[in-house]
Amino acid sequence: MSSSTARDPEPAAISPARIAAMVLRYWYLVRSSWPRLLELVYWPAVQMLMWGFLQVYINQNAGFFARAGGTFLGAVLLWDILFRGQLGFSISFLEEMWSRNLANLMMSPLKPVEFVIALMIMSVIRLAIGVVPVTLLAIAFFGFNLFGLGFALVAFFINLLLTSWAVGIFVSGLVLRNGLGAENLAWTIMFIFLPLTCVYYPVAVLPGWLQAVAWLLPPTYVFEGMRALMIDHVFRLDLMLESLALNAVLFTAGAAAFLALLKSARRSGSLMQSGE
Amino acid sequence: MISASVPAVAVDRLVKVYKNVPAVSGISFALAPGSMTALLGGNGAGKTTTIAMIMGLLEPTAGSVSVLGADMPRQRYRVLHRMNFESPYVEMPRRLTVRQNLEVFARLYGVVDIAARIRTLAQELELADLLDRQTGKLSSGQRTRAALAKALLNRPEVLLLDEPTASLDPDTADWVRARLERYRRERGATVLLASHNMVEVERLCERVIFLKKGEIVGDDTPRALRARFGRASLEEVFLDVARGGGNAEAAP
Repeated sequence: MSSSTARDPEPAAISPARIAAMVLRYWYLVRSSWPRLLELVYWPAVQMLMWGFLQVYINQNAGFFARAGGTFLGAVLLWDILFRGQLGFSISFLEEMWSRNLANLMMSPLKPVEFVIALMIMSVIRLAIGVVPVTLLAIAFFGFNLFGLGFALVAFFINLLLTSWAVGIFVSGLVLRNGLGAENLAWTIMFIFLPLTCVYYPVAVLPGWLQAVAWLLPPTYVFEGMRALMIDHVFRLDLMLESLALNAVLFTAGAAAFLALLKSARRSGSLMQSGE
Repeated sequence: MISASVPAVAVDRLVKVYKNVPAVSGISFALAPGSMTALLGGNGAGKTTTIAMIMGLLEPTAGSVSVLGADMPRQRYRVLHRMNFESPYVEMPRRLTVRQNLEVFARLYGVVDIAARIRTLAQELELADLLDRQTGKLSSGQRTRAALAKALLNRPEVLLLDEPTASLDPDTADWVRARLERYRRERGATVLLASHNMVEVERLCERVIFLKKGEIVGDDTPRALRARFGRASLEEVFLDVARGGGNAEAAP
């Protein structure tokens, strides 16, 4: 022991205590500001209500969509898991940039992997705060119970969350390397997934060459799986496994990109600055 | 605590080049354990870059840095819990209270009895009444004290300070200096201080390293530097070096 105050850490070990410290830091922040809490619920609720009422209208006027009951609402809620998962990750990271605290963290014993795990945990907490109340609203307004999907929901959730983390890690690396000038990517990058992963329509709607692109993206399998479950009442395990395999590749690529960008930031000096 | 014969910090032919612009050009120095040294120089002299490389925040282009026997940045996780840093340019989250910030950093540094350590620091740094206030709502002097508490949480053996009294009024700055002096004396810590304040440096430091355009142009005690330049104060020496292109090593 070199000091009577601080414990000697194992250099190679991941420390749950340091991860918990970072989660605590973000929890203190979320708790300290009611607008932050409100924002977590506000947009998912607006989205759900708008699409929910649209679906009610379509159901009353079109035979096929009447049979496809709930697919819009299901898509809205699953899309929110994907989008809010990434945003929850990225916003926690951006908080460090906004508060000019990043250098403090990078000069502390906190390891990048611990930082990333803490951000993942926070993305789940933020997601729960945002999506759970909205899911309950969907039951109250439209009688649509997302939780009724049971095991399938778990498979959808895990796959969407993995994609959101992979994208969140990559975007955080870009912001780390390029400063807050790259902040907008955190808010917009996920929207490219909206048309390509076929959130609201089947992959078959896309032109052939774009279908090939769509099948490279893990969430496409989740949204197709959701429609198969809700329209044909079939749980497509094969789609979930394919999504998982693609997610493994995407997550590894995101993590590798983050580490490379961190190394580059350590070379360029951008860790010392938090500005643009 | 490392042996007195092994330097707490050893910098050897350290180079940092940003794209094609040299920021630090092959500097070497060693800091004895328990010493307090000032890194002086004008804006852009390479002080902050040097400190960032010592902390492992910045990768050198060439040369090496060793802290408490660990090669930086490669082996930084062996020693980061024994070091700390303070700068007015790096802030703590403003929405968190002082206590929350100190608690989070104490956990990150693996401090053993967090509540007791925060209590002790709050007493020593006169922060007790501020602990439950949001950090962003403190005055700059109060924020500096909070940042100093963060820097001392883990009772660091190596403490790096980047202009710790910048933007403070003379009374608060004097108060901060007294606390730093006391900490160094009681803990036997090695302190490296980057500053533009010559009065501060003369009061606190037994050694001064002058940087200019990334090179060391003087390395001695404040008294020896004053004598070498035939000046009454370190401030005048600073001006000679900064304006005249002077080299303190080569001065008569």
